[in-house]
Amino acid sequence: MSKIGVFICHCGENIGRTVDCARVAKAAGRIRGVAFATDYKYMCSDPGQSLIKKAIADHGLTGIVVSACSPHMHEKTFRKAVQEAGINPFLCEMANIREHCSWVHERNEATTRKAIELVRIMVEKVKRNVPLVPVRVKMTKRALVIGGGVAGIQAALDIADGGHEVILVEKEPSVGGHMAQLSETFPTLDCSQCILTPKMVDVGSHPNIKLYTYSEVEKVDGFVGNFKVTIKKKARSVDIDKCTGCGECQLKCPSKKIPSEFDRGLKNRTAIYIPFPQAVPARPVIDREHCIYFLKGKCKVCQKVCPAGAVDYEQTDEFVQEEVGAIVVATGYELYSVGKQGPYPERLGYGEYGYGTDPDIIDGLQFERLASASGPTGGAILRPSDGKPPQSVVFLKCIGSRHPSKNIFFCSKICCMYTAKHTMLYKHKVHDGTAYVFYMDIRSAGKNYDEFVRRAIEEDGAVYLRGRVSRIYRAGEKLIVKGADTLSGAAVEIEADLVVLATAIMPQPGIETLFQKLGISYDGYKFASEAHPKLRPVECATAGIFLAGCCQGPKDIPEAVAQASGAASKALIMFSKDEMLRDPVVARVNENTCIACWYCVEVCPYKAISKKEIRDRKGNLIKRVAEVNPSLCTGCGTCAATCFSNSVDLDGYTDEQLYSEINSLMAVGQDLFPEVEAEAEGKAAG
Amino acid sequence: MEEARKESGNDDAAWEPRIVAFICNWCTYTGADLAGTSRMKYPPNVRVIKIPCTGRFDPLFMIKAFERGADGVLVSGCHPGDCHYAAGNYNARRKFTVFRKLLEFMGVDMERVWFSWISASEGGKWVDTITRFTETIREKGPFVEYREMIDVG
Repeated sequence: MSKIGVFICHCGENIGRTVDCARVAKAAGRIRGVAFATDYKYMCSDPGQSLIKKAIADHGLTGIVVSACSPHMHEKTFRKAVQEAGINPFLCEMANIREHCSWVHERNEATTRKAIELVRIMVEKVKRNVPLVPVRVKMTKRALVIGGGVAGIQAALDIADGGHEVILVEKEPSVGGHMAQLSETFPTLDCSQCILTPKMVDVGSHPNIKLYTYSEVEKVDGFVGNFKVTIKKKARSVDIDKCTGCGECQLKCPSKKIPSEFDRGLKNRTAIYIPFPQAVPARPVIDREHCIYFLKGKCKVCQKVCPAGAVDYEQTDEFVQEEVGAIVVATGYELYSVGKQGPYPERLGYGEYGYGTDPDIIDGLQFERLASASGPTGGAILRPSDGKPPQSVVFLKCIGSRHPSKNIFFCSKICCMYTAKHTMLYKHKVHDGTAYVFYMDIRSAGKNYDEFVRRAIEEDGAVYLRGRVSRIYRAGEKLIVKGADTLSGAAVEIEADLVVLATAIMPQPGIETLFQKLGISYDGYKFASEAHPKLRPVECATAGIFLAGCCQGPKDIPEAVAQASGAASKALIMFSKDEMLRDPVVARVNENTCIACWYCVEVCPYKAISKKEIRDRKGNLIKRVAEVNPSLCTGCGTCAATCFSNSVDLDGYTDEQLYSEINSLMAVGQDLFPEVEAEAEGKAAG
Repeated sequence: MEEARKESGNDDAAWEPRIVAFICNWCTYTGADLAGTSRMKYPPNVRVIKIPCTGRFDPLFMIKAFERGADGVLVSGCHPGDCHYAAGNYNARRKFTVFRKLLEFMGVDMERVWFSWISASEGGKWVDTITRFTETIREKGPFVEYREMIDVG
């Protein structure tokens, strides 16, 4: 006979205000199998927990129902408490009478009745709970970091400095990401490369970091602590060990007119190229789509000039396997394309602004390249069309961002700051020029950020106009920018030499394919979702996978770095233990009844079920049955619901438990709660 | 029908829709929690049975619930592509599609069986779903047809 203890929490006034807790306790006490029921102001408090522990000792309870808030809130607390009292934590369940009852209903009979029923459902379940033992899982103390931008670099360095091996995968030929393209950073105007390149070098030379550039994650198997990752090393056509990085191949390559990705099309590169001088590793790669040898079968100039004999046209994509315990996703962003054909076909470009059709209409990252000392102009701000210094530059903010008709509702967060920075960089180089900024709002929250924007306006004389631009068109040498200044109410027409669009920050195009491989969720924009927006901002809902940087949402550099360090420390916390305990909610097969139809094998999303052969002593096959690997099983229960012969069940959510819950809901043709009715009548009579 | 209604103990005056919701632990349960933390209001007619994933949902649970007097059954989980267990909700959807035909064939009013995707951030959608479902069932009245069906055998 079960001896269930039921503990009703008032949660101060939170439950007590709408639910008659004393009556719930009284009604619960009359449910068959309940040995003890009481109510208390704060069950989760120290005295509340002591009350539970004392009741377990006094009444020899075999199961506990704490009727309080959501189990997502305090299940762990109460399970720990009952464990301290000497009974298996999985004999304790919570009935959610706060989030699902007292907070969403008015104070009346129906609400108290619902609370009683919710308690009753759980009592019936707990009667059938059995002690469960957490599954022990081995921890592989190595991490995979996907993405070699500043966030990925920071996460990799932190984990590596913590003494654990890190696999860093970057899809481009060099680490560095977008930060390497920036000229200066706000709000200090620090040179971006000066602060980033030492970190890039560290990543390249750290004994604990294994760097895979020009590589992509092909496949992810396994689970927290035991991921098996397949990495595709794309054919570089250069033997990275033989190559010395002298750059001779680059100088001699005859195919010289390929727009450079790093310089965002403002400069050309060769077919064999090192993306930028400070690249890590400083080794070239052959762009096979443009290489004359790969296109026409003749040339091989790079091979002839290479003093190290490192050029290898026969190289093929290589696949390597790595085992890791934790994964940090730091895949970063790409700018929303305003051109007619962008990487996001589902999002319309700003055809009206002429980006992609007029060389003097550029985006923010192109302006960074123009302003950068290592850029195509050596840091001189010159018009791409004729190479003259622009006398007036118009900056347009919120291009794509906060634009419902483009289906983008979010703020890209950094554009207000970098546009202010752009106006300063421009004014510091073209002293007699004028910088105009069309803005919707100026959002400059952050340490020393607002001061920075004030400086752009007050000291460097940037002209800020609140309003949007309707049209940009070319008139001879000038671009005519037509817009509105909504503060003065006047229509504005500016003759500009250069127009810079602060376009929205978007996830990398096609990144959802990677997120699907990892099994992590993402929002409508394809930004990866964190486990909790406030309290678990660096973790994914999928255990063992962490987020860093703009793949989760627009961020500036310090935020991305902070999140990366957060993700790294989460991984290091995991690595501080040799094995981890997982919830024992796993499937179990009844070998006596299994008919080997393998439906469970088919539906299992984790490949946790395998086919097992049962043999007699002589080795003759008696039977084939399904077998669950508890360290792979995550407890979704799809197998249990699919099994033909009812041979698979899920611990913690067994058929017996669930049917008992359903049975306890209501009984046709008889009063549900004689005890409640008697109580109510007693009250009326009294 | 009147008799059946009396037999089932559901006289018109006291009758309230009985709704059973089988919801997944990760999305819809958390979404319902959010409705609570946001202090939204909805009718108290729903009884939640938590399952780890809609993949765990066995259509026989629904039959059992009707047998025990439910007037409506809701199954709700994570949006397609968002399943905490990668694909449980797809399995649930497939199963539901097949089972739905069987229920229709048997003569079960399909407006008494709802299937929805409610994510952890959609507290409002949970409130809206429960409110609309409760109203739908209230208009339809007690599910006496099911009891009649059982009586017929």
